[in-house]
Amino acid sequence: MTHIKTKQGRRAFIKNSSLAGGGLVLGFSWFNSCKPKVAEALAVEIEMPKEWYEINGYLKIGDNGVVTIMSPNPEIGQNVRTSMPMIVADELEVDWKNVVVEQAALNTNLYSWQVAGGSRSISSSWQNLRMAGATARHMLKEAAAETWQVPVGEVTAVGGILSHEATGKSAGYGEMASAASKLEVPEEIELKEIKDFSIIGTSRKNVDGKKLVTGKPLFGIDVQREGMLIASVVHPPAFGMKLKSYDAESIKQMPGIRDVFTIKLYNDDFKKMAFHFTAFNELIVVVGDSTWQVFQAKKALNVEWENNPEVTDTMTMFGNDMKVTFPAGMENSEDHTAKLKDITSSKIKVARKDGNPEAAFKNAAKIIERSYSCPFLAHNTMEPMNFFAHVTDDHAELLGPTQTPEWMEPAVSEVLGIPLENIDIQMTRQGGGFGRRLYGHFMVEVAAISQRMKAPVKLVYTREDDMTQGIYRPAYYATYRAAFDTDNNLTAFHVRAGGIPESPLFANRFPAGAIDNYLAEDFTVDSNITTGAFRAPRSNFIAGAEQSFLDEIAEEMGKDPIDFRLELLKRAAEDPVGEKESNDYDANRYAGVLELVREKSNWKQAEPGVHRGVSAYFCHQSYVAQVLDIVMENDTPVVHKVTAAIDCGIVVNPDAASNLSEGGVIDGIGHAMYSGLTFKDGMPEQSNFDRYRLIRHKEAPKKIETYFVQSDIDPTGMGEPPFPPIMGALANALYKATGQRHYHQPFIKEKQIIG
Amino acid sequence: MATFSIHINGSTKNIDVDPSTPMLWVLRDHFNLVGTKFGCGIAQCGACTVHLGENAVRSCQLPISAVGEQHITTIEGLSENGDHPVQQAWLEVDVYQCGYCQAGQIMTASALLKKNPNPTEEEIEGAMNGNICRCGTYTRIKKAVKKAAEINQNT
Repeated sequence: MTHIKTKQGRRAFIKNSSLAGGGLVLGFSWFNSCKPKVAEALAVEIEMPKEWYEINGYLKIGDNGVVTIMSPNPEIGQNVRTSMPMIVADELEVDWKNVVVEQAALNTNLYSWQVAGGSRSISSSWQNLRMAGATARHMLKEAAAETWQVPVGEVTAVGGILSHEATGKSAGYGEMASAASKLEVPEEIELKEIKDFSIIGTSRKNVDGKKLVTGKPLFGIDVQREGMLIASVVHPPAFGMKLKSYDAESIKQMPGIRDVFTIKLYNDDFKKMAFHFTAFNELIVVVGDSTWQVFQAKKALNVEWENNPEVTDTMTMFGNDMKVTFPAGMENSEDHTAKLKDITSSKIKVARKDGNPEAAFKNAAKIIERSYSCPFLAHNTMEPMNFFAHVTDDHAELLGPTQTPEWMEPAVSEVLGIPLENIDIQMTRQGGGFGRRLYGHFMVEVAAISQRMKAPVKLVYTREDDMTQGIYRPAYYATYRAAFDTDNNLTAFHVRAGGIPESPLFANRFPAGAIDNYLAEDFTVDSNITTGAFRAPRSNFIAGAEQSFLDEIAEEMGKDPIDFRLELLKRAAEDPVGEKESNDYDANRYAGVLELVREKSNWKQAEPGVHRGVSAYFCHQSYVAQVLDIVMENDTPVVHKVTAAIDCGIVVNPDAASNLSEGGVIDGIGHAMYSGLTFKDGMPEQSNFDRYRLIRHKEAPKKIETYFVQSDIDPTGMGEPPFPPIMGALANALYKATGQRHYHQPFIKEKQIIG
Repeated sequence: MATFSIHINGSTKNIDVDPSTPMLWVLRDHFNLVGTKFGCGIAQCGACTVHLGENAVRSCQLPISAVGEQHITTIEGLSENGDHPVQQAWLEVDVYQCGYCQAGQIMTASALLKKNPNPTEEEIEGAMNGNICRCGTYTRIKKAVKKAAEINQNT
């Protein structure tokens, strides 16, 4: 048994009270024991913080034995509303069919990291959710022991039933819940052995399934309230522009329109957090009785826009100030490409250097050099941005889809002039996140609108608003070089990567640590186009580029691409290059997924007509290797199958995790192959799904198989890791199938190749 | 504004709206049937799919004035107890990730199976191609459509 102390040291018990109707409520709040590590992990992935946070679990036991388990984190499709309560239920020892799951509201006293970001929902709450269940189980046992006057050590708890074998007594959890609620929280409790898990590691269906297939209101956009008004916003048509004037009267008389006005989100002196980021600080608001009437009125509004000057803003990222410059002017995608290609040497920074790469390149018998790029992307969650607010004189209620309720609360408070404690934020199920709902400016907007209208308001973006007022995936560019000696050995590796406005480089990831002479450099280009986190930030480009380039190196050396990677990983494991522990990844776990995918895909015995590409990548503390199979049908490459091997530690809900793997694969193929947001004179050239191409049913692989490494390691990320590597596997398989290498996303623009 | 009498999910509802109002917004804002989803507003994503008679149509491009006497079925009216074979199959396969597009997927799939009870893989792909799933559940959608066809044949 793992013993874990519940009170001493790092945790503080904060609440233990009986419910009015009888029952047990437990809430915990304790500091995470590995703060610095968490902060580092975040900083790497989504450029987040330096310090963090509390975490907790929460459950209610009814007197009939039904258990309500609160799911604290935002549900964006990663299935935490099922898998987080599963962890609590397993340690509680309750039958899953007696569990009811409720979405918790934002509560910074009870919970921490109520965030859907960094693939960290499960990993950051793992210990704490287990403890929440185990503590309750222990208290129920104690209550039974006291009632029956037997030693607590002789009481067992299985499937929601407490028993004492010697006396034959037994009772349901519900019968002991009231007594248990009056007990002190134990100083120390036992967690289950991994081998004794009965819910964790078993596939459980989505707790919202029935509601989803019958169309019940679940999402933010479904919120309805008595007297609720509908609002929508009008924003400048181009980045680099702002509002000059508008004619409210031109639409005020239209049917169902209540008011037309402007809102300014933040005052100049408000110190914004990075997640308060917004494309346009001043917006025109149209409020009316129904969505259609508001959308029609918006279209009819007469507005004049003018050019924005250059703006410098300071934003904080978990305590670190970042100065960001937004240049004046209307930007074009063509200029972006030119700027990325022709970066001046003064802007290039060395991020890591091992050995003497300059000499190795100078003395090389052969050098290969390849450049890769990708465009801006819009997140395009299927549910457009929306939120509900009801603001009264001294209180604000907000309800809707957000990935970061806690981080947005101070901004709402600031804009409304209402103290934090009077702001109540609740979360709905969310029609996708992908990072877009980390930036909750729409919460601030709807709060300001409700305050002004003195009424409950639901703000709804049109698809065009959503796509053209985005916080986009940056455009990236990377050039790789490899040096070979006369015996065709790889002697040096160089990557120079940059982006608008951030670099995609992870200097300490593979193949860093596996090559004696290694140089990683990065650069950035300023822009006034708003960008931010998009599923697996930076990895979502650099993985595909790096894995495509490694494929070319292997080919150059005449080696099997898996064998070649395994050789590098062997070096990194046995004799790593660089400072001790400077390499981010565990080379053995990395090799493990490659070996697993090699076995499961039957790599060495591809069937006739099947062209295969492989890729493997580490991010969010997890390891993913994928083999993608293409078959040519009528001269068109068709993705027949993808085999994925994943090491994400203990898998809580295997079928749901497989679903995420399948989604990551399809999402990755889709974005590498088809998607892109381009700009002309500051305006996005795509504003809806007629011109912005997302992958569709026919283009998805026919079959996706996912295999998990059996592991006793605590869970690591799962939402993001399957997404980045597939882009490399796709490019490598396309090369085998067509003879053409693909360097610039979306690949469909390089040549019309896939049907 | 004009008054319309709409046959929906087995009953008749009266409503006074502008004749150009798309059924999507009549359903969502006026009838409180929010299972039909707004995705794009231009019939490109399929999130708003309903049945008009026996056909799957995009309700965002269906003005209320064009409905007339035809019957509309939404996800809420697909079955009384949420046990239509397609709904059963979706539950069994556990298709969804975020779930937002799935009502539209289910309405498209159920219209397909009504006309073609035993579709081939290609026919499924063709019928479902107009419904975008941003989370990428396409392989599960296909599996669930096949499963629904099986359930149909066994009942």
